[in-house]
Amino acid sequence: MTERLDGPQAPGDDVAGGSPGPAETEPGVARPPATDTDTDTDTDTATAPRPSGTGTATAPRPTAAGTAAARLGPSPKIAVFFLLPALLLLAAWVIYPIIFSIFRSLFDAAGDRFVGLENYAAIFSDSSTLTTIRNNIIWVVVAPLIVTVLGLIFAVLTERIRWATAFKLILFMPMAVSLLAAGVIFRLVYEQDPDKGVANAVITTVHDTFSSGQGYPGARPRENDEAPVALKDGDVVTRQPVQPGQQVLIPLVGLKPDAVEKAAPAKAAAAGGLSGTVWLDVVRGGGGTVNQIDGDEKGLAGITVEAVAGGQVKATTETAADGTFYFSGLPAGSYDVRLPQSNFEASFNGLTWLGPTLITPAIIGAYIWVWAGFAMVLIAAGLSAIPRDALEAARIDGATEWQVFRRITVPLLAPVLLVVFVTMVINVLKVFDLVFIIAPGSVQPQANVIALEMWRVSFGGGGNQGMGSALAIFLLILVLPFMIFNIRRFRRDER
Amino acid sequence: MTTLTEAGHARAIQRGLLGRLVDRIGGGLLQVALVLIAVFWLVPTLGLLVVSLRGEKENNSTGWWTLFTKPAQVTFENYSNLLASGFTSSFWNTVLITVPATLLVIGIAAMAAYAFAWIDFPGRDAIFLVVIGLLVVPVQIALIPIAKLYGALDIFGSILGVVLFHVAFGLPFAIFLLRNFFVGIPRELLEAARMDGAPEWRIFMTVVFPLAKPAIASLGIFQFLWVWNDLLVALVYADSANQPMTKALQSQMRQFGTNVDILAPGAFLSLIIPLVLFFAFQRYFVQGLLAGSVK
Repeated sequence: MTERLDGPQAPGDDVAGGSPGPAETEPGVARPPATDTDTDTDTDTATAPRPSGTGTATAPRPTAAGTAAARLGPSPKIAVFFLLPALLLLAAWVIYPIIFSIFRSLFDAAGDRFVGLENYAAIFSDSSTLTTIRNNIIWVVVAPLIVTVLGLIFAVLTERIRWATAFKLILFMPMAVSLLAAGVIFRLVYEQDPDKGVANAVITTVHDTFSSGQGYPGARPRENDEAPVALKDGDVVTRQPVQPGQQVLIPLVGLKPDAVEKAAPAKAAAAGGLSGTVWLDVVRGGGGTVNQIDGDEKGLAGITVEAVAGGQVKATTETAADGTFYFSGLPAGSYDVRLPQSNFEASFNGLTWLGPTLITPAIIGAYIWVWAGFAMVLIAAGLSAIPRDALEAARIDGATEWQVFRRITVPLLAPVLLVVFVTMVINVLKVFDLVFIIAPGSVQPQANVIALEMWRVSFGGGGNQGMGSALAIFLLILVLPFMIFNIRRFRRDER
Repeated sequence: MTTLTEAGHARAIQRGLLGRLVDRIGGGLLQVALVLIAVFWLVPTLGLLVVSLRGEKENNSTGWWTLFTKPAQVTFENYSNLLASGFTSSFWNTVLITVPATLLVIGIAAMAAYAFAWIDFPGRDAIFLVVIGLLVVPVQIALIPIAKLYGALDIFGSILGVVLFHVAFGLPFAIFLLRNFFVGIPRELLEAARMDGAPEWRIFMTVVFPLAKPAIASLGIFQFLWVWNDLLVALVYADSANQPMTKALQSQMRQFGTNVDILAPGAFLSLIIPLVLFFAFQRYFVQGLLAGSVK
C-alpha cells in the first residue's frame, strides 16, 4: 500500500512533463491534473529542492542550492507578517473552539454544573442519539462504497464513448448545486403521488408494464344465476366448464363507466382455440342487454386470464385492448376460465420514499446523485495516468476486457480509489443538509444523523449546549483517523 | 514466454471477426446505457425547473412531465411572486456574504501559503502539518464556541460574523492548495528577485501572485461555491435580516407541499449562478478538486 500510494503521481509527472502521453488526451473535465500534486512532485525532483525546514516533514537536504537559499533567504521574522492573519483566524475560529468544546462538553445544558462524561454517556444510552449513530453507520457503510464503485464504472465506461466530456459534465453538475437545492429537487422526485413524483411515476409505470396492467378495484360479476361467471375465493371463475373452440363471455359490473371511458369498445372474440371477452357489461345511461356485448360497452384491457383444469393453471394470457383473450394450442378437454384476484386489487401506487422505512435509503440516493460525478472525475484522472502500454500488452496477450479491468486497471487505480473512498467517508460523517431538507419533519427522528442532531440539540430547539458540544467532539473523534491518514499521505508525498 | 505470447496473438486473431461483432453490439448497448444514466442525472434538475414554471393548480393536479405535451402551462408567475416577496434581499445577502468571504480567503491564504512555501522559519513544517490536520475538522465543532464569541463581540446575526466563519474554515484548504502550487514555481525566479534586493512583499505581489492565477482560480471557484451553497453556518449565525437564500428557502420547507411555488423557483434561482460559474470555470474546478480531494 505504501508504495502504491505514490502510483498515480509518477504518470502525472509524465503528462505534465510533455512526454507523448496517453492517446486520448481529451479536452474538458478529463484533463489530467495540471496543478498541485504533480507540479509539486515535479518541483521536488526537477528543480532545486526547497530550503528544508527544521520540522519533521522533510529530511534536510544539504545541497549547494540549499545552502545558497539559506544565505539568500529572508529572515524568519518576515514569515510572521505573512502568516499572522491566517494563524490568528485559525486559532480563534478553529483551534480555540476545539478546546472550548472539550471543556463545554463536560458541563450540563446551562453550563453551570460539571457533569464529567455524562453527556457522552447520554449519547450512547439515549434512544434518539443511538438512532443517529445507527444511521451514520448505515451511511458510512453504504454511501462511500456505492459512490466509489459507480465512479469507477462511469470512469471506465466513458473512456469508450465520444461524448465523454458531455457525460462527465452532466454527472458532475450536481456538485455545483447547493445541497439545499438538491434537497428540494429530491423532495419533488420522491413525492408520493405517482402523478407528481417522478420516482413513483417511473416505478408504477414499470410495475404496470410487467405485471397485470392496471387493476380494476371493485369490478365483480353480477350476483345472480344467469351470470356466466361467479366470484370464488376472490377470483372470478366460469360457472360451467368450457372447451377449446368455445367463446367465453365474462361480463363484469361494479365499475363506473367513467373509469374506463377511454377504453376501446368490447368486441366478441374471433373463433378458434379457447377465446372470449372480458368487458364491463354496463351501458352509460342505462339500457343494453345483460350478459351480451352491446355496441358501446367497454372492453377491459390488461386482465390476466387463466385456463384451469384439475385445479392446475394450464395456460395464462392477458386481455387485449378490446377485452378479448385467446388461449392458443390448448389441448382438448374442459377448462375453467379464471380471472385471478390480483386483477381486482387496488393498483400499485409506488413506494413511500419519505416514510420512516425508506427515508435513509432515499436520502442516500440523493447523496449518490450529488457525489458520483466527483468520484468519476477523480478516478477518470487517475485512469488517464495509467500507462496505455500495460493495458494494450494485456489485450494482445488475449486478456478479456474484464480481466484487464480486474487485474490491471483496478490495482493501478487502488490509490485513487482509496482517496475517493476516504474523502467520501469524511464527507458522509458530516452529512447534514440533505437529511435536514429531504426528511419531512415527522420523519426526521428516523432519518437523523449526528451532525444534524448536534445542530438540533444546541440551536434547533434543544437548548442543550453541553450535549451539543459532546456530539461535536464525538464527530471530531470520528474524523480523527482520517486526519491522520491525510497527514501521513502528505508526508509520504513530500518525500 | 514467446510461445505464450504467440498463442495469445493467435487467439486474438481468432477472436477477430466474432469479437468485432460482439464489440459492435456491446458498444451500442453501452451508448444506450450511458444515455440512460445521463438522463437519470438530468431529470431531477429538469423537474425542478419545470415545476418552477407551472402554476400552483397544475402542480397539484398533474406531473411536471405533462408540460412537454401541453407547453401552454408555462408561466413565470411563480418567479414574479417570489421576487415581489422580498427574496431579492436574501439574494443580495448571499452575494454580500460570498464575495468578501472568497476574496479574503484568497488574500489571507496566499500570504500564508507563500510563507509556507518560500520562507524558512522554525517550525514551518510542523505548523503546516497542523493546517493539513485542520482540513477535515467538522464545522460543528465551532458552532457553539463561536456563537458565544460573536455574542461577546456583538456581531451575532450579522453578515460579518458569517463571512469571518467562512474565511476561517476555508483557510486550511486554501493554504494547502496554494502552498502546493507555490512550491512548484521555479526557484530561479524568486532568487533573481531576492538578488535584486526586492522585499518579500513585492516578490509575493509581483512574482508569485501573478504566476498562481490558475491555482487562485481553482480556489476562488471552490470557496465561492462552498460559501454560496452553505446552509448550516447561515442557519446559526445569520439573523432574518441578513439571511442568505439558502436559509430563506429552508424556512419555507416546513410546509413543502403548499410552498412549492416559492421553493421551486427559489431553489432554481439559487443554483443558476453556481451553475453558470461551474460551466465557465469547470476546468479550474476539476483542477482544484484533484489538488485537494480531502475536505
